Amino acid sequence: MPSEHKTGLRWSNWNLLLILPLFMLITPWFNQDEPRIFGLPFFYWYQFLFVVLGVVCVGLVYVKTKDEPVVTGKPDKLGVDDLDEGAN
Amino acid sequence: MQWTELIVFSALFLLVTVMGFLAARWQKGDTLEHLDEWGLGGRKFGSWITWFLVGGDLYTAYTFVAVPALMFGAGALGFYALPYTIILYPLVFLPLVRMWSVSRVHGYVTPADFVKGRYGSHWLALIIAVTGIVATMPYIALQLVGLEAVLRSMGLNGSGILGHLPLFIAFLILALYTYQSGLRAPALIAFVKDILIYLVILVAIIYLPSKFGGWGEIFNDAQAKFDATPSKADGILLTGTNQLQYATLALGSALALFLYPHSLTGILASRGRNVIKRNMVALPAYSLLLGLLALLGFVAISAGTKPIVNQATGRPDTNTIVPELFGANFPSWFAGIAFAAIGIGALVPAAIMSIAAANLWTRNVYKEYIKKAATPAEEAKQAKLASLVVKFGAVAFIVFVDPQFSIDLQLMGGVMILQTLPAVAIALYTRWFHVYALVAGWFAGMGYGMWLLYTIGNPAIGKAHFAGSALPLGNISIFGWHPFGASTTQIYVGIIALFVNLLVAVVVTLIAKKAKWFNGTDQTDPSDYHVDEDNPRVKPIAAH
Repeated sequence: MPSEHKTGLRWSNWNLLLILPLFMLITPWFNQDEPRIFGLPFFYWYQFLFVVLGVVCVGLVYVKTKDEPVVTGKPDKLGVDDLDEGAN
Repeated sequence: MQWTELIVFSALFLLVTVMGFLAARWQKGDTLEHLDEWGLGGRKFGSWITWFLVGGDLYTAYTFVAVPALMFGAGALGFYALPYTIILYPLVFLPLVRMWSVSRVHGYVTPADFVKGRYGSHWLALIIAVTGIVATMPYIALQLVGLEAVLRSMGLNGSGILGHLPLFIAFLILALYTYQSGLRAPALIAFVKDILIYLVILVAIIYLPSKFGGWGEIFNDAQAKFDATPSKADGILLTGTNQLQYATLALGSALALFLYPHSLTGILASRGRNVIKRNMVALPAYSLLLGLLALLGFVAISAGTKPIVNQATGRPDTNTIVPELFGANFPSWFAGIAFAAIGIGALVPAAIMSIAAANLWTRNVYKEYIKKAATPAEEAKQAKLASLVVKFGAVAFIVFVDPQFSIDLQLMGGVMILQTLPAVAIALYTRWFHVYALVAGWFAGMGYGMWLLYTIGNPAIGKAHFAGSALPLGNISIFGWHPFGASTTQIYVGIIALFVNLLVAVVVTLIAKKAKWFNGTDQTDPSDYHVDEDNPRVKPIAAH
């Protein structure tokens, strides 16, 4: 149905949050034993914290982009003739 | 023979068997004689069912025994399973809803269906389908390894062909109800599986550490064990050489997971975009579970758990350490529940994987090349038969071939499936890549990846080839030139192969654009990728 004018991509700046969890791949930041919490070395509890961070990031993107109107990327440039279509 | 465990296990196994057969009537559509119904459960699963189904699908029995076993053997490196399953959801959140929408509009059942629609090339689709089937088969076989680890821990540790009999019976039952009920069977059984798994892990993670002096003591014991081994690569922290391997293995595995046909089956079976999005938020609950479970590998060190010797191969099987840990430290009835959790945990993914492989065979090989005029009912029939063949192929693999071979194949499967990323995932966003370039890139990535895996040896376990996925950078050579010298820093092979794949694809695309080669016809419309369940453009379910 070509009547729906939509481009292939939608973008919201909230999507940038999805990059944040990837920072857990930088191992030198957390490859250490101390400080321990409940006996768990830093290496382990630091990564468990990222479970929460991941959920918060994805959850925020979901909630914030739920009702977003479609961003077409192009301003609405209907010709005068198109606008008058109903008048004919 | 451990009778209490066996009785509890058998009772729960019987329960899911009954559920598996009754599932055919659950939320029944007009007919089961259509792939939308048999292969995708009617494409109408809501958030809860999808959560249990996809959770039961991604976090398999093999994962539950192999990850702690890796921690037990190698230490911190085994913990890659946690970052892997955390970064997974942010990575796939956006592409998956696009895949759902476009598949819903055009009635695609498999990723290869999408590729065919997007590029108008049944050859490219065939490559994707074959990659999917080949990568999935050893994965199914590995579920059997998980199931068998449990059966052997319960004393069903016979030798020779007879030793595999319990496994064969379990799989025969699974094959029968999957044949009858299709995707609805694993969807219903997943509820039991996941509830049992949560129960067992939570009890294990609270009860066991206190029994062995708390986490501090457990980590110290693990460190002491790793210090005593000659290997420098193990320990409760990463070493200088395996940090890059840890990060790239997590990333590569995350990129690969939803390229596996069975993962996508769970997504396509869901009702709408919001179901998928909610699940991307809720599925990490399983990751938390997996992380906790991984730590049981260290608990097993403290507990002095010894892997039992597999009578069929004559070698100690480290995959038995979690069942052994449970068996030695829980009362028999609870150990029975724990074994059932792992055992049923093998059935759910095995069923979904065999359905996904059967869908690929039916849609992209049978209908494309063998019987073009197949009706939907004939397609469903073909898929049911294919699911049987796939399952018995997997059993034959475990029985007649050394299980180690399945593990090697699974390793290769991960690298293989990653090579479909440009044609499946990138194609969701752009058709910039030329169809020839995708084929060329696939061959390059596949060939180079397999070659690199071949070069990886590990003298410690007496293997000269296919000894793992950790490639020393020094092994990489470009026609004799070693860009990284003799570096021992390790990296995941899949990432290198994907890089080569993309590089070749870019170069060939540039050539193709210059030469103005025809790039196939695109059946999809840009707006297809945003269609939701209430849109009139979605294809009616189980329509011709």
